[in-house]
Amino acid sequence: MDRIIEILVATITNHNIALAYILGMCPLIAISTNVKNAKGMGVAVIFVVTLTAIINYPIYMLLKSTGTSYLALLIFIITIAATVQILEIVVDKYFPKLYNAFGIFLPLITVNCIVLAVSLFFVNREYTFTETAAFSFGSSIGWALAIILVAGIREKMAKNQDLPKGLAGRGIVFIILGILSLAFIGFTGLANI
Amino acid sequence: MKWIRLRYKKWFNVLKSGLLTNNQVVVAVLGICSSLAITNKVENAIAMGLGVTFVVMASSALISLIRNFIPSKLRMVTYMVVISTFVIVVQMFLEAYFFNIAKALGAYVGLIITNCIVMGRAEAFAVKNPVKYTLVDGFASGMGYTYILVLVSIIRELLAFGTILNFQVMPDSFPKWVVMAMAPGGFFVLAVIAWIIRHASKNFDTEAVEAEA
Repeated sequence: MDRIIEILVATITNHNIALAYILGMCPLIAISTNVKNAKGMGVAVIFVVTLTAIINYPIYMLLKSTGTSYLALLIFIITIAATVQILEIVVDKYFPKLYNAFGIFLPLITVNCIVLAVSLFFVNREYTFTETAAFSFGSSIGWALAIILVAGIREKMAKNQDLPKGLAGRGIVFIILGILSLAFIGFTGLANI
Repeated sequence: MKWIRLRYKKWFNVLKSGLLTNNQVVVAVLGICSSLAITNKVENAIAMGLGVTFVVMASSALISLIRNFIPSKLRMVTYMVVISTFVIVVQMFLEAYFFNIAKALGAYVGLIITNCIVMGRAEAFAVKNPVKYTLVDGFASGMGYTYILVLVSIIRELLAFGTILNFQVMPDSFPKWVVMAMAPGGFFVLAVIAWIIRHASKNFDTEAVEAEA
C-alpha cells in the first residue's frame, strides 16, 4: 500500500510525465489555449491511459511467457487504437452528452505519446499489476494537471499581447513549460518510482 | 523544357518546405516530446534523428504504394501497423549495433510510433502523392527534424557537460549548467531556436494569436 501511494505521489509531482519526462507535448501545446478544453482533454487522457495500461499488462505477460516480447510495440499500439475506438463507440451510444464534451479529443488520444509511453515504462521498470495501475493513473493525473496549469497561464497571457512576434502563439508555451518544469524540480526527492 | 522546370520546382519546394519554411519541429510544433527528452547528448540526437528519418521515409513510401487500397475508415490503423513495423526494425537495429545508445534512448525509440511527424506526413502527404515525392518529403521532414535536434543537443551538451560528442570542449573551470541536462533546459533552448527561425523566416504564428485574442 505504501508503495502505491509513493508511486502516485511521485508520478504527479517530481516524476510528472509532462514536465519531467517531456511526453505528450503535441496535444499539450495544441489544446492548452483555454482551461475548458484543457479539462476535457485531461479527463479523456486519465480515462484512456489508465484503461489501456490495465489492458496491456496481461497482454504483455502473455507475450513474455511465449517469448515474443519484441512484438510488444506492435501489439500495444493496436490495443490502444482498438480501445480508443471501442470507447468512442460505447460513449457515443450510451453517454451522448459526454461524447459531445469529449468531441475530437478522444480520437486524438491514439497519437498521444503518453498512452504508449506509460505502457512502455511499466515494461522497462518491471512493475507488478497494482503498481502499473497506480503508475498509469498517477501519470495521467500529472499530465492533466500540467495541461490545466499551462492553459490557465495562457488564458491570462492572452490578454497581454506584449510579446515578441517570433515568440507569440506556440513559442511562448515552451517558456511557460520550462518555468513550470523548473518549479516541479522543487519536488525532487519527495517520492521515488 | 517547361516540364523539367516544373518538376524541379516540385522537388525543390517539397524539400524546402520540409527543411525550413514548414519545419515540422519549430513551425508546425510536432514531434516535440522526443526532440526535448533525448537531446541532452549529441549522439542520442543523431541516432534519434536518423531513426525518425528512416521511419518517415519507409512508412510514407509504403503507405503511398498502397494508398489506393486503404479504405478511408481504416487508414489510421493501417498507418499505425506500418509505422510500428518500421519502428521495431529501428529498435532491433539499435539494440544489435549501438547497444549503449539504445539503452540511453530507452522507451523513446518505441515512441517514434507516436511521433506526430510520422503520422502527420502519412496523413498530409503520403496518401495523396506518388512514391518518389513521398521519399523526398520524408527525407526533408526527417532531416528538418534531425538538424533541429542536433542543434538543441549541441547547445545542451555543451552547457550541461562541457563536451560535444563526449569530447571535452570547455575548460575544466567551466561551471556546468546542470539544469540544461534536465527538462527545463530543453524547453528554453527549443523556445529560443524556434524564436530565431520564425524571426528569420518571417513565419509568425498569427493564427494562434488570433485564436487566443
